[in-house]
Amino acid sequence: MAFDYEKYLRPGKLPHIWCPGCGHGIVMKGLIRAMDTLKLDMKNTAIVSGIGCASRLPGYIDCCTLHTAHGRAAAFATGVKMAKPEMNVILCGGDGDGTAIGGNHFIHACRRNIDMTYIIMNNYIYGMTGGQFSPCTPTGHKASTTPYGNPDPGFDIAKLAIGAGATFVARGTAFHANQIDKLIVEAIQHKGFSVVEILDDCPTTYGRRNKYKSVIEMMNRLKEVAVPVKAAEKMTAEQLVGKVLTGVLYKEESKPEYTAEYAKVIERAKAAK
Amino acid sequence: MSKKVAFLQGNEAAAQGALYAGCNFFGGYPITPSTEVAEVMSVELPKVGGKFIQMEDEIGAMAAILGAALAGSKVLTSTSGPGLSLKQELIGYGCIAEIPCVVYNVMRGGPSTGMPTGPSQSDVMCAKWGTHGDHPAICLVPASVQETYEEVIRAFNLSEKYRTPVMVMPDEIVAHMRERIVFPEPGEIEVLPRKSPTVPPEQYKPYDTSFGDVPPLASFGSGYKFHVTGLNKMQDGFPTTKAEVVQAEEERQVRKVDANADDIITFEEYMLEDAEVVVVAYGSTSRSARYAVNVAREQGIKAGMFRIKTFWPFPDKQIKALAGKVKGFVIPEMNLGMCSIELERCAQGKAPVLGIFRVDGEPINPDQIVEKIKEVK
Repeated sequence: MAFDYEKYLRPGKLPHIWCPGCGHGIVMKGLIRAMDTLKLDMKNTAIVSGIGCASRLPGYIDCCTLHTAHGRAAAFATGVKMAKPEMNVILCGGDGDGTAIGGNHFIHACRRNIDMTYIIMNNYIYGMTGGQFSPCTPTGHKASTTPYGNPDPGFDIAKLAIGAGATFVARGTAFHANQIDKLIVEAIQHKGFSVVEILDDCPTTYGRRNKYKSVIEMMNRLKEVAVPVKAAEKMTAEQLVGKVLTGVLYKEESKPEYTAEYAKVIERAKAAK
Repeated sequence: MSKKVAFLQGNEAAAQGALYAGCNFFGGYPITPSTEVAEVMSVELPKVGGKFIQMEDEIGAMAAILGAALAGSKVLTSTSGPGLSLKQELIGYGCIAEIPCVVYNVMRGGPSTGMPTGPSQSDVMCAKWGTHGDHPAICLVPASVQETYEEVIRAFNLSEKYRTPVMVMPDEIVAHMRERIVFPEPGEIEVLPRKSPTVPPEQYKPYDTSFGDVPPLASFGSGYKFHVTGLNKMQDGFPTTKAEVVQAEEERQVRKVDANADDIITFEEYMLEDAEVVVVAYGSTSRSARYAVNVAREQGIKAGMFRIKTFWPFPDKQIKALAGKVKGFVIPEMNLGMCSIELERCAQGKAPVLGIFRVDGEPINPDQIVEKIKEVK
């Protein structure tokens, strides 16, 4: 029997806002399958987002959903999780939302290692506003505000997360749809701040400016550049030029989780009273 | 049994008032001259099982309290001028999404970094006009340590009653001076709980106006699944651009405060019965004003004071009534004439408004006020 996505979706809230060929819907389906695998109690699950195309995702899923302000998802979510540590808190959003305007909240959520999962849909562009370059737009590429080619170097979101102290970091792509839910399952199961970057596509505002003739071509690029971490171990540096590692990139289980640490603060404060 | 008495600073009293009101979540960021609030909360909250978090910046602190409030907490943040500027984006979020929270802002010199340790009253307009868009505003301006304690409790009550952010704004003098404070017994001051939904989860809408202008607010993780956004929304919480819905919702958000102005606005009338010159004052400046009124009375001048305790909504009705009876208003304030604008608006030309404006980090002395009282003809 086909997987029943409907029971996780809010009735009457579709169609979604995403353009034909956009990968965000693929990611949403991956998240729903992950929630199903984990049998998450939807009444006890919050999805928190910022602003942008990817940040519209929570509105479609039938749980506690919080569409915050631009870049602020991680900070709002930190409040939710601290107030109710028993809740499952999942964040989602795009690359501009998460690593530019929300960059400070992102790195500090990583540093605290608070038990939440952040799904970043990286389509290399500000899609909702019409295709301005983001901190993830590759150098030299075209955006509506880099008409002569992007002079900025980009962020590697996964490295940023690892450097900032996240304890689970994974990367997938919108092409490798069947891997998305598996990465998200593992991320949610991990006790600590987990980051799942999904390389995505935006045919409307990024693809057409950068000579991708079709969505299929964009998807094929994701297929071609992705190299699973295991496979990469057997490849030479030369072979890895232009490739992007996918799978679980980093996992660390000894760093204390933030809400558990704060529970100890409460114990110490009560003992000292 | 005698009541508990202490010798406290305004900021410490604010933290104690928040605890009395049932605050169980504080999100903050260090800033002079309000940091003592965070320090006291970091000590006291975990003792009662509450949560304290120092966030990465002022915006993050505001975001964290809004998130915690949606998860059912009673929340507080504290800040000062530059921090208030940074928080404005999300104060607007609190207004449109209708999330109860208390923002305690100590007024220091500005703009920008200004004079971090100097007193000021120059954030009062920021309390109403700081965030973009039409929105409700409630702002309380205490004048003593005892009043700071009590007004923080009232701020929590108003934020729950009207489901909106409430600001408490002492000037730096009130925030840092030490005075005797008498603590109320538990239960002596009413503490309002959040209005929770009575309908089953499947019928719940977070902005259901069939319950009036202030619909009940459920908590995340309490069995209710609902959506919250900073976009203009429908009664079910989902975004809309439908003209008539947006218009009605915007008007309701402002109306829920404006239509209840009489419930919210508080003030003190001092020797106003026969007053011909009325000093309008708020915060620490009102202490000099009271002294000045006494001096003026000794000299045979019929002076009085109207002390603003609730700056927003502004006491329009009371000022309009006074304007028809008095020779003139004197307004001493530690800014370049912010309250003065409101007084002129309400006086409608019926009485002159004479200002004493100081932004040099020094308090306004009674002498200055007496001199100005004498200028009213």
